[in-house]
Amino acid sequence: MLTLLVLTPLLGAVVVSLVPARRRELHLPLGMALSVAPLGLAGAMFFSFDAGEASFQMVEKVVWWEPWGVSWQLGVDGISLGMVALTAILFPLSLAVSDSISHRRKAFVVAMLFLETGLIGTFLALDLLLFFVFFEVILVPMYLIIGVWGGKRRVYAAVKFFIYTAFGSALLLAAIIALAVMHASQTPDGLLSFDYLALLTLDISPTAQMWLFGAFALAFAIKVPLFPFHTWLPDAHVEAPTAGSVLLAGVLLKLGTYGLLRFNLTLFPEATVSLVPVLAVLAVVGIIYGAVVAIVQPDLKKLVAYSSVSHLGFVVLGIFALTSAGLQGAVIQNVNHGLTTGALFLLVGMLYDRRHTKQISDFGGLATPAPLMAGFFLFMAFASIGLPGLNGFVGEFLVLVGSFPSLPGLTVVAAFGVVLAAIYMLWAYQRVFTGPLEGAENRKLADLSAKETAVLAPLAALVLLLGLYPGILLERTAPSVEAILDRIEQHTDYEAPEPGRLADVFNTASEDES
Amino acid sequence: MIDLPTEALWLVIALPLGGSLLLHFAGRWLGEPRAGYLACAASLAAFGVAAVAAVPFLTGEGQPSQSLLWEWMPAVGASFEIVWDPLSALMTLVVTGVGSLIHIYSLGYMHGDPRFARFFVYLNLFTASMLTLVLAGNFAMLFVGWELVGLCSYLLISFWFTRPSAAAAGKKAFVVNRIGDFGFLIALMLIFSSFGTLSYSGVFDRASEELTGSAATLIGLMLAAGAIGKSAQIPLYVWLPDAMEGPTPVSALIHAATMVTAGVYVIARSAPIFELAPAASGAVAAVGALTALWAATIAMGQSDIKRVLAYSTISQLGYMFLAVGATAYVAGVFHLMTHAFFKALLFLGAGSVIHAMGGRQDMEEMGGLRKAMPVTFLTMGIGVVAIAGFPPLAGFWSKDEILGVVFNQGGFFTLLWLVGLITALLTAFYMIRQFVLVFLGWPRWPEGVVPHESPRSMTFPLVVLAVLSVLGGLVNTPFRLGLEHFLEPSFEGVKLGHPADGVVSILVLAAVAVGAGVVGAAMAFFAYHRPPEAWRRFQAAFGKVWGWWEDGYRVDDIYGTMLVAPGRRLAEQAAFKLDLGVVDGAVNGVARLVRAAGTMIRPAQSGLIRQYGLWFGLGLVALLAWLLVRGGV
Repeated sequence: MLTLLVLTPLLGAVVVSLVPARRRELHLPLGMALSVAPLGLAGAMFFSFDAGEASFQMVEKVVWWEPWGVSWQLGVDGISLGMVALTAILFPLSLAVSDSISHRRKAFVVAMLFLETGLIGTFLALDLLLFFVFFEVILVPMYLIIGVWGGKRRVYAAVKFFIYTAFGSALLLAAIIALAVMHASQTPDGLLSFDYLALLTLDISPTAQMWLFGAFALAFAIKVPLFPFHTWLPDAHVEAPTAGSVLLAGVLLKLGTYGLLRFNLTLFPEATVSLVPVLAVLAVVGIIYGAVVAIVQPDLKKLVAYSSVSHLGFVVLGIFALTSAGLQGAVIQNVNHGLTTGALFLLVGMLYDRRHTKQISDFGGLATPAPLMAGFFLFMAFASIGLPGLNGFVGEFLVLVGSFPSLPGLTVVAAFGVVLAAIYMLWAYQRVFTGPLEGAENRKLADLSAKETAVLAPLAALVLLLGLYPGILLERTAPSVEAILDRIEQHTDYEAPEPGRLADVFNTASEDES
Repeated sequence: MIDLPTEALWLVIALPLGGSLLLHFAGRWLGEPRAGYLACAASLAAFGVAAVAAVPFLTGEGQPSQSLLWEWMPAVGASFEIVWDPLSALMTLVVTGVGSLIHIYSLGYMHGDPRFARFFVYLNLFTASMLTLVLAGNFAMLFVGWELVGLCSYLLISFWFTRPSAAAAGKKAFVVNRIGDFGFLIALMLIFSSFGTLSYSGVFDRASEELTGSAATLIGLMLAAGAIGKSAQIPLYVWLPDAMEGPTPVSALIHAATMVTAGVYVIARSAPIFELAPAASGAVAAVGALTALWAATIAMGQSDIKRVLAYSTISQLGYMFLAVGATAYVAGVFHLMTHAFFKALLFLGAGSVIHAMGGRQDMEEMGGLRKAMPVTFLTMGIGVVAIAGFPPLAGFWSKDEILGVVFNQGGFFTLLWLVGLITALLTAFYMIRQFVLVFLGWPRWPEGVVPHESPRSMTFPLVVLAVLSVLGGLVNTPFRLGLEHFLEPSFEGVKLGHPADGVVSILVLAAVAVGAGVVGAAMAFFAYHRPPEAWRRFQAAFGKVWGWWEDGYRVDDIYGTMLVAPGRRLAEQAAFKLDLGVVDGAVNGVARLVRAAGTMIRPAQSGLIRQYGLWFGLGLVALLAWLLVRGGV
C-alpha cells in the first residue's frame, strides 16, 4: 500500500501531462481529483495503523541493487504517520487555490504532483539512499514552483533556496555513504548497505558520530531552518506562489525536523546527547529571534514566514529535550504547524489574489467587508499563538513542559516566545482587519468564496480536533517516541528525567550555572 | 431530590458552549431578539443545573468529587477533569447567576446593534470558558479556561473593532495578560516536574510531601504572576482601564464580576501550595494592598464614569489579593462574591446612564439624573453604599472581614491593614463623588440630550443585583459564619486566616473602618455637591497630585517609553540590521566568494560529465578516507 501511496501522485503527474496543453481548464481540476487518491490511501494507512506498535509497519522491501545494498524499502511508524497524512491533506487544498496560476498551468500541476511523490517518499523511505533520492528530487519541482510561478524576485529566491539546501545535501550524501561503507567494514560478508534498520546496528565510534551527526544535522538544520541558516526562507516564501508557500511551510520544512528525529537521534545517540546544548540553544535563539523579527515585518507573508522560524524552534527544542513529552510535542507540533501556518499562507494568498499586495500598511478594517476571512484568519492566528483548545497549544505545551526537566533555563526563555507570538499575530490582525475601512479597493474587497471556505473549513476542523483530542495522533506516536528514547538510553549513559522530581530540576539548574 | 453525578456537570459548560456554537452558525438567521433569548436560556439553564448540583453542599451532605472527562496530553498529566466542591460550586453559581442577569440586560443594551447575535455568541462563549476555568480539576484544563476567557475578553473589548482604540485595547489586554501567563506556564512546568501530573487531586494531596519550601515559593510566585495579569494587579493592571472600550455589559461581566477574579480564585484554589510558601503569600498580600491604594487614588481623579469603576475594580481586586495573601481564602472568596454583585450592579447602572445620555461617559456632562432615571438612581445608590462598606450592606461584611484578618496577622501585615484602611476611605470618596456628579445637583447635560429611564430588560437585573448587594453579605457575618462553613470541604487541611475573636475587637475594627468610610463619603459629598467651579477649586487645592491621579500616574506613557518603544527599536534592529545585514549578508557574502573563486577555477568547468564525476568521486573518497582514519572505525 505504501508503494502505491508514493506512486499515485507520480502516476497523476503522468496522467496530467498527457492532457493537451490547450485544454487548460482541465489541468487543475484533474490534478486536484488525482491528489485525492493519495489522500484516501493516507487515510486508510492512518486508520489501519496499529497504535500500540513502536516499530515500522506496512513495510515493503524490494532489493534494488544487491552489491550496493540499495533497496526500495518503505515503512511507516508514529514519527512519519502524521507527516504523511498532513502532506496528503495539504496537496488537494493547495491545488484548489491555484486558480491564479495563469501561465504554464499544466507544468505547474505536474510539478506539484511530482513534489507530492517526493515528499511522501521522503517520509516513508527506510533506505537511506532512497531517502536521499526523494530528499533531492523535491528540490527540482520546488525550485520550479518558486522560480517559474513566483513573484518579482523569484529567480533570486529560487536559486538561493536551491543552492542553500543542495549544499546541505552534499554533506548528507557523503555521510550516508560513509555509513554504508562502515556497514561493509563491520559485517562479515563486507557488503554495503543503505538499509536504515541495518545501519542502526552499526557500532560507530564517538568521534565518527560527531562528524556524521554534524553532516546530517547541517543538512536538516538548513531545511528546518534553524537559526542562523534561515535567511533563504523569508525570500522563498515571499516569492513563492500560494501553493508553494503552503507546502514549503507545511511540509518541506518538516523534512528537517523529521530528519533530525528519525536519523540523528537514532543513528548517533552519543553525539546527540553531547550536542544537545548546541542544538537546544540554536532552537531557543530561533524561537525568540524569529518572533522578534516577525513583529516588525511590513510584509504579511514575511511575518508568517518568520513565525515559522519561531515555531519550528519549538519542534527542535522538543526533539533535543530528550524526554517523551518533548518528543511527542515535537512530532505533533510538526503536524500542527503545517495545518495552521498552511492555513495562514492560504489566507494571505487569498488576500493577495484580491488586492495584489501583501504589505500590511495597504490594508485596514477588512473585517467589515470580509468577516468570514477575518474570522478564519483570527482563528488560525490564535491557533498559531497557542490558544489552548486549538492545536498549536498542544504541541508547544508538550514541548515546554517536556523540556523543562532536562533544560530548565532554556525552556523558560523559550516560553517567552508565547508572549511574542501574541504580539506579532494580534498586531498584524489589528492592522489588517480592524480599524476604519479606508481605500476603495479595501472597501469593495470580496469575502471568501464558497470554494475558499471549503478549503479552509477542513483545516479549521483539524485544528480544533487536534487541539481538544490530540490523542488521535499522540497515541499513535507515543510508542515510536518511547522507542527512540529507549534506544538513546541504552546506547549512552543518558537517563531521561523522571517527572515528579523537582529537586533534580534545581540541581541541573545549578549545574547549568556553574 | 435529584442527585446529579459529577460526571454530568460537563453540561454546565456544554449548555453555554452549545448556545455559542448554535448562534455562531444560525445567529444571523435567528436575528434580534431571538438570538439573545437563546443565549439567555443557555446561561439560565447552566445556572439551573449548577444550582441543583450544589444543593448537597448546602445541606452539608455533599462531598468534593473529581471526575475525568477525557485524557488530553497524558505525557504531561493533562486531562479534562471536573472538580465539584463548594468552591467551584460557589464560583459556578456566581458566574452563571450574575452572568444570566447580564445576558438579560444585554438584550436591551445591545438593541439595534447590527452585530447583535455575534455579541451573544461571544457572551455565551465567555460563560462556557469561565465555567471551564472554575470547574477544571486539572491545571491544564484550568489554563484552557484561563486563556479562553482571555480570548473572549479580547473579542468583546474590540467588539466595535472599527474604532482603532477598541481594537488596540483588545490586543493590549491579551498581550499584557500573556506576560502574566508566561509566569503561569512556568508554574505549570514546575508543578509537573514536581508531581508528575497536573491533576488537582494528584497535586494538592501530595503538596506537603513533595514540595520543599523554596519549590513551593517558586510555584506560588509564578502562579501569582499569572494571577496578577488576569486580576489586573500592579504592575500588569494597565490593560483593564482600556478594556472599558468594550460594551458596558462586557465590562460588568468580564472586567468586574467574573474573569478578573480568576486570579483570586486560582490562588484560593492553590491554597495547599501557598500554605507551604509564606513568602509567596506575603508577596501576594503586599501586591494586593499596594494595588488597592494605588488604583483608588487614580479612581478619585477620573471623570469618565466607566474609568472610575475600572480603577475601582482594580482596587477591590487588590483587597481580594490582600485577603488570599493573608491566607484568609474564605474572606477573599467572600469579597469576590459580594464584589461581583455590587460591581456588576454599578457597571450596569453606569451602562444605563450612558444609554440615557446617548453614549456620553463624561461625568462633568451629567448631574441631576435622579429624577429622569429613578430606578437606576436608587439601585446604583445601593451599589455605592455597598462598595463604600457601610453596614449592613454586602461590602461591609466582606471588606471588614478582610481588614480584620489582616490586622490580626500582626507585624508586616499591620502596615497592609493601614493601607487597606486608607483605601476604604478613598473608596467611599470616589464612589460618593461619582454618585453626586451623576445623580445629584443640577443637570449639566449638553444640548439635545434627554435622559430617560432604561427599558425593563435593563432595570430588572439592576433590581436583582441591588437586592443581592443588600443581602449578599449576610451569608458570612461574625455572628454566623455560613460561607466559611459552606466552603470548609474545599479548604480541608488548610489553615485559614481569621480575625481576632472577641466582640470588642471586632466592633472596634469595624467602627474604625466604617469611620474611614464616613469621612471619605462626607468629604466627597461636601466637595462635589456644589457648583462645578467649587469642585474644580477643591481639586486644584491638591495641586499637581490631582493631575497625577487624573493621568493615572502616566504609567501607560512610562511603559511606552521604557518598554514598548525600546522593544520595537530592538525588533527593528534585529529585523533590518542583524537579519538582513549580518545573517543574510554572510550568506550572500559566501555566495559571492564562491562565485569569485569559481571565476578563477573556471577551466575546471569543462562540461564533461565524466570529469565532474571523477572530481566528485575523488572528493568523496578523500573525505571518507579521512573520516575512517580520524574516526578509527
